[in-house]
Amino acid sequence: MRYLPHSDSDRQAMLATIGVGSIDDLFADIPSDLRVHGLDLPRAAGEISVERTLGRLSAQNVSASSVPFFVGAGAYKHHVPATVDHLIQRSEFLTSYTPYQPEITQGTLQYLFEFQTQVAHLTGMEVANASMYDGSTATVEAVLMAHRLTKRGKAVLSGGLHPHYRAVVESLSPMAGETVDALPADPGGTEDILAAIDADTSCVVVQSPSVYGHLIDLAPIAAKAHEVGALLVAVFTEAVSLGLVEPPGAQGADIVVGEGQSIGNALSFGGPYVGLFATRLKYVRQMPGRLCGETVDAEGRRGFVLTLSTREQHIRRDKATSNICTNSGLCALAFTIHMTLLGEKGLSRLARINHANAVKLAESLSALPGVSLLNDSFFNEFTIRLPGDAAEIVEKLVEKGVLAGVPVSRLEPGKPELADLLIVASTEVNTDEDRAAFVAALAEVLA
Amino acid sequence: MSMHSQGRPTVAATAATSDTPDTFTGNRALQIEEALLFEVGRHDVTGVDLDEPAEFSPRLGGLARKRPIDLPGLSEPETMRHYVRLSQKNYAIDSGLYPLGSCTMKHNPRLNEKMARLPGIGDVHPLQPLSTVKGAVELMAELGRWLIEMTGMTAVALSPKAGAHGELCGMMAIKAAIAAKGETRNIVLVPESAHGTNPATAALIGFKVVTVPARADGTVAPEAVKALLSPDVAAIMLTNPNTCGLFERDVVEIAAAVHAAGAYFYCDGANFNAIVGKAKVGELGVDAMHINLHKTFSTPHGGGGPGAGPVVLSERLAAFAPLPFVRIEADGPVLVESEEALLPGETPFGRMTAFHGQMGMFVRALSYMLSHGSDGLQQASEDAVLNANYVRAGLRDLMSQPSGDRTCMHEVLFDDTFLEGTGVTTLDFAKAMIDEGYHPMTMYFPLVVHGAMLIEPTESESKASLDLFIATLRDLVMKAKAGDLERFQQAPRFAPRRRLDETRAARSPKLKWEKPEPWVEAAAAE
Repeated sequence: MRYLPHSDSDRQAMLATIGVGSIDDLFADIPSDLRVHGLDLPRAAGEISVERTLGRLSAQNVSASSVPFFVGAGAYKHHVPATVDHLIQRSEFLTSYTPYQPEITQGTLQYLFEFQTQVAHLTGMEVANASMYDGSTATVEAVLMAHRLTKRGKAVLSGGLHPHYRAVVESLSPMAGETVDALPADPGGTEDILAAIDADTSCVVVQSPSVYGHLIDLAPIAAKAHEVGALLVAVFTEAVSLGLVEPPGAQGADIVVGEGQSIGNALSFGGPYVGLFATRLKYVRQMPGRLCGETVDAEGRRGFVLTLSTREQHIRRDKATSNICTNSGLCALAFTIHMTLLGEKGLSRLARINHANAVKLAESLSALPGVSLLNDSFFNEFTIRLPGDAAEIVEKLVEKGVLAGVPVSRLEPGKPELADLLIVASTEVNTDEDRAAFVAALAEVLA
Repeated sequence: MSMHSQGRPTVAATAATSDTPDTFTGNRALQIEEALLFEVGRHDVTGVDLDEPAEFSPRLGGLARKRPIDLPGLSEPETMRHYVRLSQKNYAIDSGLYPLGSCTMKHNPRLNEKMARLPGIGDVHPLQPLSTVKGAVELMAELGRWLIEMTGMTAVALSPKAGAHGELCGMMAIKAAIAAKGETRNIVLVPESAHGTNPATAALIGFKVVTVPARADGTVAPEAVKALLSPDVAAIMLTNPNTCGLFERDVVEIAAAVHAAGAYFYCDGANFNAIVGKAKVGELGVDAMHINLHKTFSTPHGGGGPGAGPVVLSERLAAFAPLPFVRIEADGPVLVESEEALLPGETPFGRMTAFHGQMGMFVRALSYMLSHGSDGLQQASEDAVLNANYVRAGLRDLMSQPSGDRTCMHEVLFDDTFLEGTGVTTLDFAKAMIDEGYHPMTMYFPLVVHGAMLIEPTESESKASLDLFIATLRDLVMKAKAGDLERFQQAPRFAPRRRLDETRAARSPKLKWEKPEPWVEAAAAE
């Protein structure tokens, strides 16, 4: 077994030093009738064999880079510079732990400090934490935080919130003793969320761009929420949009949460991703998750430590703001490296390319007979109505080598009125040829 | 101290506080002072070549960004150097022994990384048509099969994203099961030696936490549990092997009492790596247990994650596993994503996360499992336990153990009794280990032990590595007892930083970079 260093003679010598006769003596605390003797699993395999086994499974999947690819709805196919993956695989980052000993983990602590600053700037907020699991869990943490801050127990969820995010909030919040008022799915972007806000509302949760791609003007929603003493939780699933769109912080959001996968992180079939979480400084002590802060060492040199840990589970136990312990440190590193490479100039340009590509695609698709575009505004994702069942059409497009988008029925099953809707995303990786292939294939399928 | 625009410190360390003479740059040979990105990056620099799009008409509905973001950029070589230099300030398992108890810092095979980057794994979208991801679903099914066989449980929920998220999943399943029976139990029993995540998790979903006292050796007595059981008790959360490094010998009796009272048994699986192939938790009476794939099956900890926390469930809880889950059918595994796709008897309590869980971690863990096989996994547990006991044997005459000198599982617990009267604290001792080139052990946990030092060497360490570690600790203990305070109270002296002022960080939090006032910049540039 290549990962285990001991020889049998090492083991014998060590047992002798310990003063026991056999390895079984070390397991004497496990009652003998509960001792397992063998597992019904294959025996050890060498690298060649493991590569073959997992390679066979991998080969059964269609990878995003191998086809014209337009699938989004919460995770996005972007190009990640080679430098990012190289750097996050450096041993000192990859195989280090939570920075509990700051003197020998300044590398991790400094990049977390840089990450917090980048996220705060990107979202237009005063303070950001050092990452959450993903956008959906960050959203439910934001809802719980709003309940703590307002001492109220009703969250209003927009119909444009990603249905999976809604489901995560709806699963946890009621168990935490709170109610959720989820507005119906809103593919047209016409809901009246202001009417749902009342004096019992702790927070309004609005996603922009919405899961259907609509850009939402958050300012009037923030104004109404603040008028009744509620908070605005702004959600995004496409971080690149913030390179071109007015940030939630400038529109009055109190808590901003989002998915950071788009920047630096692979699709990986849904995880690991990185949740972004930002808020106003006055709320920092109710914030979940880790925070890295600047300080000095015994020689007066600048250094960084994990701080404000009296909010956290290892100190406050059942009084903690959250039970989160492990975060997404390495994914946050990938985000921060990619963001460093992009800089202001690169991110703005990347965002413009995404938007331009999406505009071109939306125009071409909606020009097809029977296809209509539901969006007036969007960033790199939009919703079209098809003359038929979107899921069936997507399967036919798979046969033509195009991965076309997410049928709304995948996210909102059992609603026949939504079955003809398709959410389409276009990013910088889509070429003119990709778009042409999509449009031609769809024309053929619809003919 | 601040940095000027080249990242040079504007206030050099003074000779009075430093052991070494100043350098012009503030650097100490390979220990390079690295400025913050915000101090060296520029707004007009990018390390990514992208072409500006041709003319187009934006459709942003009046919501175009009005102000700059304030994100400095670096060129590619500058980026490389910035992060390589930062990495050099980190300790890592690839560079040395990392004996953090309960954290299980073991070797991270690079084969796992290679497998996670296969195009059909790393480059597939969670919502692309299911017909195009059959291999991914099969991989999840295969991982589930291994976890179920190792634990003797009925079902597995793969989607939780970390250990604490798995705890939440398991406790939500318990809450749903109680509600399904029409009951309103609101108390969760948590031993005082438990991880802080346990009470935090129970409280998060509205349970009242009642603490179970521990015996002198840190284990839980059945009588203590029985005394607290009532019709209001929903569950007990027990770590086994526990945080004192001991197997809870009375676990079966505790489980039976909990079940007889109509409650559930949640097991914190943080220490599962001690018993893989040695005991099945399903046979101990556990109803739910999360498995930290990153700990037991060596996915990288990455400076704080990502983790992955699949939860195995007993027959009593299997039906409540959250969406999505993998159902094994005659034609092969099927990914069940919505309530519309449920079969009778499947009653998921909801959803834990947007997509299917940590696929990138699933494949790394499965790569590790396939590599070890059933024989290797058992050997790994045995070697982990052997190594912990070898450290115990090497130090028992000099250090002190709160529960006496008895066999431990994969981690060995010492306390600070041996430091009494020396003037050296547990913290000082840990910092002195840094100067010797080691990451310190877990300190001050479990809380039930004064000055706890929890050492987990893991199966990755060779005998030679352990011998040097033991010799180093023996030397430190003897120096402490000899009154060599300088070595401890001034430690660490050779790390990139001396002890950091945590009080100052908490009292006046600086949580992001702020642009210095112009006069400060002007002074710094001189």
